[in-house]
Amino acid sequence: MVSPDNFQLPEQLSTGAAEVDDLYMFVYWFSVIFTAVIVAVMLYCIVKFRRRPGVKAEPVGHNLVLELVWTFGPVIFIAILFHLGFKVYVHNAVAAENAMEIRVRGRQWLWEFEYPNGTRENNELTIPLNQPVKFILSSDDVIHSFYVPGARWKRDAVPGMYTNISFTPTKLGNMQVFCAEYCGTSHSGMLAMIHVVTPEDFQKHLDSADKAPEGKKPEEWGAELYKKNACNTCHSIDGSKMPGPTWKGLWGKTESLADGSTVVVDENYVKESILKPQAKIAAGFTTAQMPPFTLKDAQIDAIIAYMKTLK
Amino acid sequence: MSTAASHAEPARPHGDSHHAGEPGHDEEHHGPAWLAHHFDTPAQQFDAAKLGMWAFLAQELLFFSGVFVAYGIFRSWYPEAFSGASHQLDRVMGASNTIVLLFSSWTAAMSVRSSQLGKKAQTSGYLIVTIACAFIFLVVKYFEYQHKFHAGLLPGKFFGHPVDGGLFGAIPAGHGHVPHLPAKAHIFFSLYFVMTGIHAIHVIVGIGVMFWILKRNASGEFSKEFFTPVDLVALYWHLVDLIWIYLFPLLYLID
Amino acid sequence: MGAATTTVPRAQAHHPDPNENYLKAERGIMSWIYTLDHKRIGVMYLVSVLLAFLIGGIFALAVRLELFSRGKTIMDADAYNRTFTLHGVVMVFLFIIPSVPAALGNFILPIQLGAKDVAFPRLNLMSYYIYVFGACFALYSMVNGAVDTGWTFYTPYSMRTTSAVIPMVLGAFIMGFSSILTGVNFIATVHKLRAPGQTWTKLPLFIWGLYATSIIQVLATPVLAITLLLLCLERFLGLGIFDPKLGGDPVLFQHFFWFYSHPAVYIMIVPGMAVVNEIIATFSRRAIVGYMFVAMSSLALALLGFLVWGHHLFVSGMSEYATMVFSALTFLVAIPSGVKVFNWVATLYKGSIRLESPMLYALSFIFLFTIGGLTGLFLGVLAIDVHLHDTYFVVAHFHYVMVGGTVMGFVGGLHYWWPKITGKLFNEGVAKVAWALVFIGFNVTFIAQFIMGSRGMPRRYYDYLPEYEIFHKVSTIGSWILGLGFLTMAVMFVASLIKGQKSTRNPWGSAALEWQTPTPPPLANFIKVPTITRGPYDYHLATEEELSEK
Repeated sequence: MVSPDNFQLPEQLSTGAAEVDDLYMFVYWFSVIFTAVIVAVMLYCIVKFRRRPGVKAEPVGHNLVLELVWTFGPVIFIAILFHLGFKVYVHNAVAAENAMEIRVRGRQWLWEFEYPNGTRENNELTIPLNQPVKFILSSDDVIHSFYVPGARWKRDAVPGMYTNISFTPTKLGNMQVFCAEYCGTSHSGMLAMIHVVTPEDFQKHLDSADKAPEGKKPEEWGAELYKKNACNTCHSIDGSKMPGPTWKGLWGKTESLADGSTVVVDENYVKESILKPQAKIAAGFTTAQMPPFTLKDAQIDAIIAYMKTLK
Repeated sequence: MSTAASHAEPARPHGDSHHAGEPGHDEEHHGPAWLAHHFDTPAQQFDAAKLGMWAFLAQELLFFSGVFVAYGIFRSWYPEAFSGASHQLDRVMGASNTIVLLFSSWTAAMSVRSSQLGKKAQTSGYLIVTIACAFIFLVVKYFEYQHKFHAGLLPGKFFGHPVDGGLFGAIPAGHGHVPHLPAKAHIFFSLYFVMTGIHAIHVIVGIGVMFWILKRNASGEFSKEFFTPVDLVALYWHLVDLIWIYLFPLLYLID
Repeated sequence: MGAATTTVPRAQAHHPDPNENYLKAERGIMSWIYTLDHKRIGVMYLVSVLLAFLIGGIFALAVRLELFSRGKTIMDADAYNRTFTLHGVVMVFLFIIPSVPAALGNFILPIQLGAKDVAFPRLNLMSYYIYVFGACFALYSMVNGAVDTGWTFYTPYSMRTTSAVIPMVLGAFIMGFSSILTGVNFIATVHKLRAPGQTWTKLPLFIWGLYATSIIQVLATPVLAITLLLLCLERFLGLGIFDPKLGGDPVLFQHFFWFYSHPAVYIMIVPGMAVVNEIIATFSRRAIVGYMFVAMSSLALALLGFLVWGHHLFVSGMSEYATMVFSALTFLVAIPSGVKVFNWVATLYKGSIRLESPMLYALSFIFLFTIGGLTGLFLGVLAIDVHLHDTYFVVAHFHYVMVGGTVMGFVGGLHYWWPKITGKLFNEGVAKVAWALVFIGFNVTFIAQFIMGSRGMPRRYYDYLPEYEIFHKVSTIGSWILGLGFLTMAVMFVASLIKGQKSTRNPWGSAALEWQTPTPPPLANFIKVPTITRGPYDYHLATEEELSEK
């Protein structure tokens, strides 16, 4: 009944997806048949019993048995549906014993991932194939919803509480992540990508998290990080006005702060602004609240190198 | 149905004035002046009004149910905060207000009874006492609120009382030695002000309506046969009383 | 009730003639502004909700146009977020909720009961002005930056946004009271103002539907009222009830909100079903099969509506046990819905069917509501819901119920009672063309949304990935066809007002009570108070004269 490339459903990329899809197709074919029968009877009646001169409608009699059958008959069907739906749900909801725990923090408007070893990445996550993963979701600002269509699973990240989902990726490649709960201006830009790789590549990825990609200069890596960490949603590089100060000509400048003092934009100021953004706020930018970013020193250095190029 | 009635008559040309000969046009056949044109009998009008009022009271109960549910949830989440905060309320004032309201419910009921018996002056008297009780309630409430304002026991982010591990660090000036309240006490006071505030608005509305009924009674609108508005306002007043009966123990008494 | 004593309201020298056509009994703008006549109040509601439908429809077309291509088409992300919010708020609070009950119901309900008016005419007028007052707040919000929270006002986003949340929420709060008071009025009217012989088992199913609706309005709307009030206070005072930063619980807001808003779905759909009963009976010349089952299914929906709000929170971090209970309860809704569909179809069997425009809308209601209901099954099945929740599948599902259901019912009812309300006939040919455009346009718009939704497209997205582009394009083109259909219909109705033929008393040949009084009805609804001796659908008991279309 289910072809792997089903027109109605996205590709199956995790262990639970096939079960959900089977259930989906079961309800789908039931609905198609039910609708077809209803429509067929309606069309038959419209044609067969269209108004003719001299022919009257037959008065309605009582058929209690028929009424009771179609009132209470469907109970059996919906009981089966409920059972199947709950069974698959619970099966998919329970995390495997050996699941790798990934912390996921929703923020306006990016996803921050934290690996078990403490390494953090924004909007991109790499996980090993066939390894059960438990995502522990939280949010600091508003409600987001972590949605992975390839795994047929989503759950809200609610401020003030932890929620979780788990699945096991079964295919090498990419899994798209959406934010499914409306969270403001750039809700539709709150996308992330999960890269499913072999266990060896996963280890390599973890080891290289704070190193520039091979063959890239620091400023090139910095430009990449600028996009990857969604700096571009608030800081322009061409001097145009956005929620945060533009990076064009920022390096070395004497910035006046909201409290009236001034500061020279140097390594220390940039690092502090990334790690503790509320410490020194530039004058005129008090309304937008930048969340703290956890970046490794090597990454901050790369961003500084990139910033220096923006004259 | 309707065979006798319906299509006998096409719309008549406008401006045609002829009522003579048609049954039912003369006033005395319809009933007393207070009987609205679309009702057939006084009993029907009374029953409809009463049913409407009960339906309205049902929605009032559900309106309040929201804050009661919120109270229950937050009480179970933060029991120490609620217990500690409720000690800041003045039980004597709360209890006296309860007695005042209970007494006013009795006078409201008596005003209905007097009206049913056609005793106009007595009806007015009971209504005046009821209104006076409502005012006493509000005055006591005013002093209670005033105390809360001075102590910084205000809802939510205006809360200015010191708490343990404070979410709100600032201690208002002039409060040298006040006991700290448990954290989250501000939620108790949010609910306290919302619940008693909405209740007080109902009291104020009740006062307004009772003045109106008092005026109509004084002008002789009501009689043994027609006392529906007095009955309805008393029903409303009983509900206001009933809500307070629940608010008082929930907010003031239980630890 | 003695005929001689009570047939006609008091008429004094300066009073308008109760037997005069209600449109002509009094003249001048003031006679409308101060009117206590349920028919005129119904007409005023009708004009207002149609205006709201126009505004909400323009927002919908703007949303679809923006999504026609990826990236910016006509507006930026903030404008888009405000537009879809306004579409939702206007359609839900200003259009759908009052559409059938307050507009058509106000006009038809007392006449079908054989009453002269609703129980509380002053309250009725007040409800209308409360609605207008609330609408003014909504309008104030719209011109002052509008709202970008979605019509659900979820916390904590609605705490943080800088848009004009408070006036909009107050507007919805105020309009809620209009809805409550209409419900109170209808309950008392149905209980106490039925004409002699109009027993509960002879009540038209339209009344049963509105009665069930009124119960929901009275019992559910106040919970929304307190929720919205708390939301406003939370923004003003930071109560700490819904805001997690202050110790509150954002999920509690969702529970509160859906405790109203799920029953509100039945405030919207049950009246649509109620209209369909009347149309099917009239155009099949036959009583609705299983009358008591259909009547009770409305009450069952009203009751069940209060028990299933949790299915909006399956992915919000609610406990697995609550999830299980709400899923099971949700399935029960399928039973009364199925009962209605089966009985309507059975009514067609051995009827005498005429496919006039109201009937076309009623039959499309059955078809579209069936799809809307069945796609509800997908969402009730827990494992499928976690995939489909907050995707376009849900958007398409509730549009099949709300537009395919309620709007089809409302528009069908508007066609059906149009001659009775205005005294004019409309061009049936144009009406059928409009119907075809609406039907095709609607299906094109939302079938595309079902598919992109099940393929993972989240809702409330300003921009989308390339793989969804084709579906968005199709959906937007469908919205143009749908818009053209409604435009055609509007032109048809305006033409009918200007130069439509005068309608006879009973242009559809119906046996129902409202068609037995002159068209348009006299001020007192009936020349003489009717005595009800047979049910509204008893075609075999009705006389030739009663069924005459002349």
